[in-house]
Formats: sequence, C-alpha cells, structure tokens
Amino acid sequence: MIEFSDVRVRLGGREVLRGITATLRERRVGVVGANGSGKSTLARLVNGLVTPTEGAVTVLGMDTRRQAAKIRRRVGFVFTDPDAQIVMPTVAEDVAFSLRRSGLPAAEIERRVRRALAEHGLQDHADHPAHQLSGGQKQLLALCSVLVLDPDILVMDEPTTLLDLRHSRHVAEILRALPQRILVATHDLDLLAGFDRVLVVDEGRVVADDEPEQAIRHYRKLMA
Amino acid sequence: MTGAYIPGDSVLHRLPAGAKLAGLLACCTVVVLLSSPWALAGAAAVVAALYAVSGVGAAAAWAQVRPVRWFALALFAMQFLLATPAQAVATTLRVVVAVALAGLVTVTTRTSAVMACLERVLSPLRLAGVDPVRLSLLLSLAVRSVPVVSGLATRVREAQRARGVEWSVRAFGVPLVVGALRHADTLGEALAARGFDDE
Ligand SMILES: Nc1ncnc2c1ncn2[C@@H]1O[C@H](COP(=O)(O)OP(=O)(O)OP(=O)(O)O)[C@@H](O)[C@H]1O
Ligand SMILES: [Mg+2]
Repeated sequence: MIEFSDVRVRLGGREVLRGITATLRERRVGVVGANGSGKSTLARLVNGLVTPTEGAVTVLGMDTRRQAAKIRRRVGFVFTDPDAQIVMPTVAEDVAFSLRRSGLPAAEIERRVRRALAEHGLQDHADHPAHQLSGGQKQLLALCSVLVLDPDILVMDEPTTLLDLRHSRHVAEILRALPQRILVATHDLDLLAGFDRVLVVDEGRVVADDEPEQAIRHYRKLMA
Repeated sequence: MTGAYIPGDSVLHRLPAGAKLAGLLACCTVVVLLSSPWALAGAAAVVAALYAVSGVGAAAAWAQVRPVRWFALALFAMQFLLATPAQAVATTLRVVVAVALAGLVTVTTRTSAVMACLERVLSPLRLAGVDPVRLSLLLSLAVRSVPVVSGLATRVREAQRARGVEWSVRAFGVPLVVGALRHADTLGEALAARGFDDE
C-alpha cells in the first residue's frame, strides 16, 4: 500500500507538488499528466528518491523519509532511460549486480540470472556488452534487473517512452502478467488498458482520480 | 575491459582472474626488461600462441591491438630514424606485446571477476578507511560509462552537423559536459534505487 498524505514538494524554489493526498491499494495504478506536471516527482516519492517538503509518504507501512533504504529493498524502480540504470558492463553482470547482497551462492545467482534473462528473451545476450543492446532490449534488461529481486511494488517512470510499438506492447504484456503492485507514470495511454486506477496530475495537483477510461477522458479534455 | 569479454571455455577463460592479472603483471615486467629483438619476437610468438589457445579468433585479437596501430607505427618510424632498426623493432614489439597481453586478459575475463578479485586484493585498505566494494563499483561504473559517454559525444556531434554548426570546442564541449553530468546524476539515483547507498 502507498499512502500520500498532504504531500508538498518544493524543488529549486518551486512548488512541484502542491498537496497530494491519496491511498493506493489497487494493483495497477497509472499516473498521467502534461510535461512538467509532476508525474516523475510523484513516482520518485514512492521509493524516497524525493522526500516530501511537507506531509508524508508511507509505503508498506514505512515512512519514506526515515526508512528509504528498507523501502528500496521492496520497491523496484524503472527509469525512462535504461542507459542510466544499467550499471555493469555486460548484460548478465548487471542482473547479477541486483543479487549481490542476496547471500546466495554464486551458482544459484548464476542460475537466477540466466532464468531472468530467458524470461525476457535476453538469454543470447548474457555476455554481451550492455551498450550493444538496442534501446528496447536495454529497457528489458533494466526491467529484468529489477524483477530478479522480486519486489513487492514496481514503480516505473515512462518505461515505454523510448520504445517502438512492438517493445512497448511487450512491456505492457509483462506488466499485465506481473503479480506485483505497479505504479506507472506515462504518456503512453495504451499502456494503461486494464489498469485499476489512473491519477491525472496537473500543475502539482491530482485533478482526476478514476477508472482508466474516465480518467483518460478527463486528461484528453484537459489537454485540448 | 569495456565489456569486451568473449565467452569461451579455454584454459585461459577458466583460470582465476587473480592468476591472470598476476601473470599479466609478471609478463609485462619481463617484456619491459627484454631488449633483444629476437627475444621480443619470441615473446610475440608466445602471445600469438596464447591467443590461439583462448580460441577468441583473429578478429578479436586484432581488435585488441588495433587502437595502438598508429602509435606503434609512429614509434617505429621515430626509433628507426633516431636509433637503430633493431631498437625500433624491439621498442615497437614491446608495446604491442604488452597491449596484446592486456587485451588477452580482457577478452577472457568477465569484468565482474576482475572486480571480485580487486575487492579481495584491496580489502586490506579497509583499515585505511577505503571501502573496496565501493572502489570496485567505481571501476565498473567507469567501464560502463565509456560507451555511454562516447554515444553521447556522437549524438552531440550529429545534432550539430544537422544544424550546420562548424566544429568548435565550445559548441561540442558544453553539451557533452552537461550530458555527462546529467548521466552521472541519474546514475547516482539509479544506484540509490538499486539499493547501493545503504551499504
Ligand atoms: N531537481 C529539480 N529542481 C528544480 N525543479 C525541478 C527539479 N526536478 C523537477 N523540477 C521541476 O518540477 C516540475 C515537475 O517535474 P516532473 O519531472 O515531476 O514532471 P513530469 O510530469 O514528470 O514531466 P515529464 O512529462 O516531462 O516527464 C517541472 O516543472 C520541473 O522543471
Ligand atoms: Mg517525467
């Protein structure tokens, strides 16, 4: 469960979020809004990359301000640009990096890495340099490196923005099949089909909070 | 170590990273001490044989020494003119053999194995307050950032060409530095998100 209580965030002297209150119990929650409306900031709040200037964010019963490290162990985060989050030179090593503190024996880590890569069709690239992957494959690798830890919550900030239609659909399918709770900030409205709840953010406020269809209709009107 | 590892099953692949690094150090020392062109030619033959043992193929071997080809050529020409032909051969071979040896370790060893080895070797530094895990992560990040930043440089250059900007250090340098800093920033966030800051 993710709970925002009257959250305000000021960044560089600007009020980026102005009083967000919401309790997210649904399994799949989307966040849409114009450029600069505060979607990324909202997403970052969930694992404590951004902390509220006022108010509080509680995730799985923990305050993001005090227990960010603990929260991050259970909340996976996928960024828009996979180049920024792939930290190891080769594909398999990057996935293994996630498991470095699992305490598992090397052989077991290796087995889990291979399995995770196979699940996302990356098995033939295991020992390739990450920079040789296509943009879509890099995003799959980023996702793979997060999912191998089996997080309770997955937060994604525009995961499909750099992807072509086929890779976007692939990511959408993966999301649909995931048992985890998901919070996705996106401009890709197709991604939100089948979601349980969509928040529309505008100028740092939630201006609509509804089932996807109604929320998206509201968003389209807002953008018209 | 730019992620140039080539998977394989040769003896060289299976040797522990520490043994290979120590061997590299020892071999390079020997190569530096050798002065006869014949001895160095012998060393070159040994290195070629090692490449054959590794089974990575001739193309991969060439890729290791290719970056120094012009340097080697210039070095040879200079020594040829300023010293003796024998010295020119010896000096050039020395450089090429050392680079080829380093390359051989690179293509047969995963970066993660090198890092794990470094972590062990550097662990006494803990006493001096240095965290070897952080240090080895830093090295991995540096390796990983080379292609990212060079990709960035290509994009900046292309964008400028598309806009008809003439070559200028400033027009190239500023966006590159800004881009590199932004990359460093997001990388830091990504590390935090992947749970590294609490170690
Ligand atoms: N570190 C920062 N310092 C100052 N201002 C910031 C900072 N980060 C974000 N902002 C500002 O906060 C506002 C909201 O940013 P945010 O990235 O959350 O928007 P967004 O909805 O994700 O936009 P986009 O759709 O373009 O990704 C923007 O106006 C942005 O300029
Ligand atoms: Mg954003």
